[in-house]
Amino acid sequence: MDETAQVKETAIRGASPTAGGPGRILVTVYAIFAVAACSRSIVQISTEFDHARVAYLLSAFAAVVYVVATVALARRGAAWHRVAVTACATELLGVLAVGTASVVDSAAFPDQAVWSNYGSGYLFIPVILPIVGLTWLRRTAARARTTDRPARESTNP
Amino acid sequence: MIDGLAAASIACALVAGAACLLQTWRDRAVGVGLLAAAGVVEAVLLAQVISAIVIVAGGSHADQPTNFVLYLVASVVALPVGVWWSLGDRSRWGSGVLGVACLAVAIIVVRLGQVWESTGG
Repeated sequence: MDETAQVKETAIRGASPTAGGPGRILVTVYAIFAVAACSRSIVQISTEFDHARVAYLLSAFAAVVYVVATVALARRGAAWHRVAVTACATELLGVLAVGTASVVDSAAFPDQAVWSNYGSGYLFIPVILPIVGLTWLRRTAARARTTDRPARESTNP
Repeated sequence: MIDGLAAASIACALVAGAACLLQTWRDRAVGVGLLAAAGVVEAVLLAQVISAIVIVAGGSHADQPTNFVLYLVASVVALPVGVWWSLGDRSRWGSGVLGVACLAVAIIVVRLGQVWESTGG
């Protein structure tokens, strides 16, 4: 790779449209939820799984969705953009479904899951976040397509 | 847990967070001022970790030991990671990132107090 191509490569690599500008804050909040949900569900499942199996499994699923959304939003390209849209949509459906289920059948949720009661234990951020995420992804969709390149592994987000 | 240190770290984190959000609103990137503020918060958080280690070594223990350790680790890791991520965007949004990180630290320290002394839960 000659020098010009290298400079170009660096410039493009640095510009993930979904992780730039206000999107950087979005990635930050997603990352916080990813870390919080992961560590919480690891503790819950390893120490008191029988206490609330359904809630803990749903929390673990939520944790995975948050990790995928964080990575996808931080990365560049149309493929990651699609992954981010899928993750945010899954998150929205999940929080609505689990939220409704926890209100209708509270006995199945003896302990708080991330998504129970629409995320009321987390300032309702779980229900707001995917809506903001999907809106942001819609706005950056055109730029994600133009910066798309052949699949490659880059180490930095 | 030393209540005074916890209160101090929450207060510092909230002040630093407010300063970051003010800079976001004023369209300023992260500068020396905000980095210094984050440094002060981190120093108080490190003092809290040291005091927690001393207190636990002295025989006291948290009501939820695993969660306590996890929150303690999170409290000191959050800001360095937040600073790194905020410096990747030299615009107002970098300041916003640091602001969110500071608010997260405040919440982490509140939870730290709750898992140290959980009332009935």
